[in-house]
Amino acid sequence: MSAVIEGAAIQEQSRRAAERGAGFLPRLVRQPIAVACSLVLLVIVLACVFAQWVSPYEPLDQDLQNTAAGPSASHLLGTDQLGRDILSRMLHGGQVTLLGIVQAVVVCAVIGLFLGLTAGTLGGWVETVAMRLCDLLLAVPGLVMLLVILGIYGNNEAAAMITLGVIMAPTLARVVYSATIAVREELYVASARVAGLTSLQIMRRHILSGVTGPALTQISIVAAVACIAEAGIGYLGLGVAPPAPSWGNLVTDAQNVMPISAWMLVPTGGIIAVVTLSLTLLGNGIRDAYMGRSSGSAKAFSWRALAVKVSQAASPAGGGAAPLGQESILSVKGMTVRLPRGSSEVTIVDDVNFHVAPGEAVAIVGESGCGKSMTISGVLRVLPMGAHVAAASISFKGAELTSLSEREMNAYRGTGIGFISQEPISSLNPAFTVGHQLEEAVRLHRGVGKGKARQIARELMARVRLPEPDAVAKKYPHELSGGMAQRIAIARALAGEPELLIADEPTTALDVSVQCEILDLLRDLREQTGMALILVTHDWGVVAEACDRALVMYAGQVVESADVRSIIAHPAHPYTRALLQSSSVGIAPRQLLPVIAGTVPAPGFWPHGCRFASRCELAEDACRTGPIPMVTLDEGSAARCIRTDVDELVRT
Amino acid sequence: MLSVVIRRLIVAVPLMGVISFIVFVLSSLAGGSVGQAILGPTASAASVAALNAKLGADRPVLVQYVDWLRHAITGDLGLSVVSGVPVADTIASRIPVTMSLAVGALLLVIILGVTSGAIAAIRGGIIGRLAEVLAVLGRGLPSFWLALIAVLVFGVNLAWLPVSGYVPFADSPSGWIQSLILPVVVLGVSEIALVAVVTRAEMLSAMRSDYVRSLRANGYPWKRIVFKHVAKNAAGPVLTMVSLVFVSLIGGTILMEQIFGMPGLGTLMVSATTKHDLQVIQGLAVFYTAMVVVVFLLTDIASGYLNAKARAR
Repeated sequence: MSAVIEGAAIQEQSRRAAERGAGFLPRLVRQPIAVACSLVLLVIVLACVFAQWVSPYEPLDQDLQNTAAGPSASHLLGTDQLGRDILSRMLHGGQVTLLGIVQAVVVCAVIGLFLGLTAGTLGGWVETVAMRLCDLLLAVPGLVMLLVILGIYGNNEAAAMITLGVIMAPTLARVVYSATIAVREELYVASARVAGLTSLQIMRRHILSGVTGPALTQISIVAAVACIAEAGIGYLGLGVAPPAPSWGNLVTDAQNVMPISAWMLVPTGGIIAVVTLSLTLLGNGIRDAYMGRSSGSAKAFSWRALAVKVSQAASPAGGGAAPLGQESILSVKGMTVRLPRGSSEVTIVDDVNFHVAPGEAVAIVGESGCGKSMTISGVLRVLPMGAHVAAASISFKGAELTSLSEREMNAYRGTGIGFISQEPISSLNPAFTVGHQLEEAVRLHRGVGKGKARQIARELMARVRLPEPDAVAKKYPHELSGGMAQRIAIARALAGEPELLIADEPTTALDVSVQCEILDLLRDLREQTGMALILVTHDWGVVAEACDRALVMYAGQVVESADVRSIIAHPAHPYTRALLQSSSVGIAPRQLLPVIAGTVPAPGFWPHGCRFASRCELAEDACRTGPIPMVTLDEGSAARCIRTDVDELVRT
Repeated sequence: MLSVVIRRLIVAVPLMGVISFIVFVLSSLAGGSVGQAILGPTASAASVAALNAKLGADRPVLVQYVDWLRHAITGDLGLSVVSGVPVADTIASRIPVTMSLAVGALLLVIILGVTSGAIAAIRGGIIGRLAEVLAVLGRGLPSFWLALIAVLVFGVNLAWLPVSGYVPFADSPSGWIQSLILPVVVLGVSEIALVAVVTRAEMLSAMRSDYVRSLRANGYPWKRIVFKHVAKNAAGPVLTMVSLVFVSLIGGTILMEQIFGMPGLGTLMVSATTKHDLQVIQGLAVFYTAMVVVVFLLTDIASGYLNAKARAR
């Protein structure tokens, strides 16, 4: 089971790593803004480098008939107070500025890449020393140091720009360092398993491709900052001495002619703005291309997008819902959950039907990526941003949840339905003590004052069997063990005295011994309160221990539902059977566990016919021709398989 | 909490020592001497040497540095080579100007940046995109150029606000505000969007977190989740960003004071730079570094208060 999951994870990782290197340039070229910026920069650089030949006048030529003039045919960008051609001065002045940028960038790149790469690949004391050095340099105020250098060395621009490069190096070093670390860790995971393919060569190649994107992004930022800084130095009169032009001192000239004509501000400031903006946007483009995003796809995410769109769907084809006459606390009919993917949507949960009787414990079982968590999230309407839930009916204690507004729905969460999640520590807010969080839940759900809430919180902590509640209450989530944090999370879910508790893999992240304690606790709490339980898990041991009935999910669908005892004894669906065989339930000790070959098809790639067919040894042509319906087998059990007839044969 | 402060100080104090030492060594390597700077380039070698000996500038660099450091610890940063006025006094007299500018711009940045970032994170839509575009523009447009345009439009053409000078608060509170509006706005405007982008990103990442999912699933009202739980977690990184912004604002005051003719630390720095007044440059370098160190220290203390994990480290 877990081998199956890990296999999928490795595939995903190596795919990502491969894509990152290979597709980078093509993706960059597809970004119109990045390409346009590169072209603009290229034109400006070429024009400045070849200024001697390109510029219409010499930078010091004076046209005293035309001083401080606007643009004209003879002076395309006008003239300054001495009648010198602004365009020519800009092109010649650009050489100073561009040289300064190159000096800063080269120094920064050499130091930053060296520090970051050595710290990231070598680790150990090199890592510590390099990163401490970076911390130290980061605390130096940049512009001040520039002026200090200029003050000491007297208008030596090269010294200033090299200093700037040094000052900006630690940021680059940190970027390179963390990118290197990320690649290193990713590779360790993958390469430990992919036999034969070792190590140094791949490592070098992957690290280079992993570091290139972030490093180039940071370097383009450095170039933009250098451009502004060089211009600022020139503007303050600390750069090249007039009458020699630079982009900075041209702005000073523009300031001086401002009383006569404001025009000169436009081209002189404009060229600095165009270059820095182009560099910044190019950096953004590189970042987007590296991260595999198309430009501007940072879509409007917001809290508002967390409010799930809910729509009423047509009545379901049936199967799985509560039989007539039997009361149920929760009844879900024809629920489909869709999440945004790119500009469209992808179905994650497909037409799910189930019900939970009062006091009943229902397990939802399946491999990762089958839609178990999304099913319960759909019921609670707590889904990632931009999600869409459609259902014929989701009724809780007779109330139709699909017709409720977000605010009305919230009245059921916590008080009617409690929730605990998979990662106990991260399910608690790291910024508040657990005692505070528990008391907050009590006050919210019971409407009591501070003192009373504290008392009830202590009672809840006792009920979940937390030792030393007073000491624990003062702790922050990261100071607790997983088991203790999960007890706090359970206590919080109980604060509203819910009639249904939904637990999303509550024991997966815990040690085996703690798992048993939590399961015992959940069972005892159910006995005390009579609340119903939905337990999402991929562990048949948990199912057998804690639940009455099980739903097996595969690729977004319920493929089998039956009471736990009969499903373990007589699984009807080949997937259920394979899952059971790959777990240790009902198998003699020391026997090797078989794994299910293949992986769960990802949402959006589900076949038209049976979704398990590609991994099923019983599959035949009929399985692949069309959707398979749920077939009712015995009383209260059903399976989505047309070959349940051969089950007995296979089993023996 | 106390240990955080102590740990920071353990880094900070040597840092200031290192910075001042680097500046000292660099200035001795640059050639020229104090005597030369005072007497000018035409002075005879003998008179320069005599003055150097009198001022103690002929001693080894390390001795001079230790001597300077001994005085610096007591708040004596020496005398300006050019004007003969104590450096510490000059700096002290100019602090209010620079602080009015930097703190004013910081308040503007915090209020507008955090508000618009929070709105973008909560409501989405155009504001978030706009903040990103403005952040790019803010980084790309040179502030001294923006300042000139602001002077042209609001000072010269519309004549709404004074274009230069600084009115001390004690002389006229309204004049003080008027003299600050243009430089403060120009100084702050490019950083607002940056803070907004970080605020939005941090709030969104908290909104996607596991604990917010659990809070929502347990029926907490959205305002409580956003303004209590999300806000406290986003506040730490935003605060770090704000402290970096403040450092960059302090640098930015140098240009703003120059453009708006304000007698602050920045204009002092620029004039000391042009006149090679090494004593003043040294004093300012140490003072600016101290300011940055204090800002980072305050940030650390506040972050520790906000984030229990950071406090534990």
